[in-house]
Amino acid sequence: MTYDMTRYACTVCSYGYHPMKGDPENGIPPGTAFEDLPDNWRCPWCGASKEQFVPEKEEQSDVRREDS
Amino acid sequence: MNTTLRDNIDWVGYVDWTVRDFHGYNTDRGVTYNAYLIRDEKTALVDTVKAPFADRLLQSIAALTDPAEVDYVVCNHAELDHAGGMTRVMEVLPNATLACNKKCEAVLSKHHDSSGWKTHIVATGDTLPLGKRTLRFIETPMVHWPESMFTYIPEEKLLFSMDAFGQHYASSQRFDDEVPLCTVMEEAKTYYANIVMPFGRQVAKVLEEVAKLDIEMIAPSHGVIWRSHAPAIVEAYTNWSTCRPKPKVLVIYDTMWDSTGRMARAIHEGASLPGVAAELIHIRSSSLTRIAAEVLDAAAIAFGSSTLNQGMLPMAGAVLTYLKGLKPVAKAGMAFGSYGWSKGGPEAVDDYMKAMKWEVLREPIRAQYRPTFEVLDECRAAGRLLAEKAREMAADRRAGERLCVDP
Repeated sequence: MTYDMTRYACTVCSYGYHPMKGDPENGIPPGTAFEDLPDNWRCPWCGASKEQFVPEKEEQSDVRREDS
Repeated sequence: MNTTLRDNIDWVGYVDWTVRDFHGYNTDRGVTYNAYLIRDEKTALVDTVKAPFADRLLQSIAALTDPAEVDYVVCNHAELDHAGGMTRVMEVLPNATLACNKKCEAVLSKHHDSSGWKTHIVATGDTLPLGKRTLRFIETPMVHWPESMFTYIPEEKLLFSMDAFGQHYASSQRFDDEVPLCTVMEEAKTYYANIVMPFGRQVAKVLEEVAKLDIEMIAPSHGVIWRSHAPAIVEAYTNWSTCRPKPKVLVIYDTMWDSTGRMARAIHEGASLPGVAAELIHIRSSSLTRIAAEVLDAAAIAFGSSTLNQGMLPMAGAVLTYLKGLKPVAKAGMAFGSYGWSKGGPEAVDDYMKAMKWEVLREPIRAQYRPTFEVLDECRAAGRLLAEKAREMAADRRAGERLCVDP
């Protein structure tokens, strides 16, 4: 279990994975670090794989949408 | 045909009257590919058309201006029904710069040889002044592709909304108040259900952005332009983005020797309560396109299949595979069907409903070979259960909601 709360952005569709929020609809509880997501986890917006995500400093996620 | 949206803003698209198939979507009323020309101190083309019609688009442009005068080609969406003509358009418009976002450029470069194109990359909030008018860009990721984008002209209160608010609808009129509103709304709903439904959450976010804009006219890239009923289509999208249920029950089924058919009719009979719309849909007499549109605003769905080779009938499987991808939410459901010597049909339907996270109201109703009177009574009772659930789920609906304007 890691405690890296770095946000990750999907390079395909701009979805932002926020560890504090997790992805509860797909069984990922809040507080799950990106590294701890299962390998078969997919972008909930577009279905991209984990490898297609980058730390948010490299590419901005669509924060306008995700934070509101 | 009146093609003028505003002074010097004209529709230059193409009406495809005879096309009936869009990768499996039945376009029973044809399709339009909308493109718009804005003539100001600078001239901009917003979107193109499907490749075979690029020269028709260029003729429409040439009727309004010298093609050498076109300064910008805005690409809101890289899908081929809008950007397929881009190779031809960029070849014929000698002074045009492509304006699109980064993701759009990447997709265009896969479909076209874009090496010789002048490109101007834009992002949300960027503007492109044309003179008296300004183009402002709003990226709308996953409504319905990653690179999707809106273009807004604040001076004209005009939004080019790309596929959002569109309809597959061929007509010789270009505006919503020139055609029957019920027909336009039905096609807008069918379009939403079949193309946009998986992205309801992203649509909701885009609608928040739209609410911040002062809009009088919405010009989508398919179908008629919303000039008199723009608030109605925005309200409809608000409802559709959450699959907001009506008091509506669907009984969708396929059957081999009418055992599952008899069960379906009994469920439908039970569901036909006052204030509830109960619809009976035989899969092979309907289409994926129509079924998706009906599912969008249904509350409760009974889905039946006979058992074939220990599973569902193939067309029942096609419908559920399609629906699973469209991700309809806020649905209650139940499975039913017949079997002979081995189970499998209704059980497979039940698995699909659970995978779609529908609220499954009861275990599947099964009939071996032929439904008995007892089984048919159980079907009628299940129909009533679905209808009561549908009423409850739609309880926030106003009495007498206008069906045309508020689907």
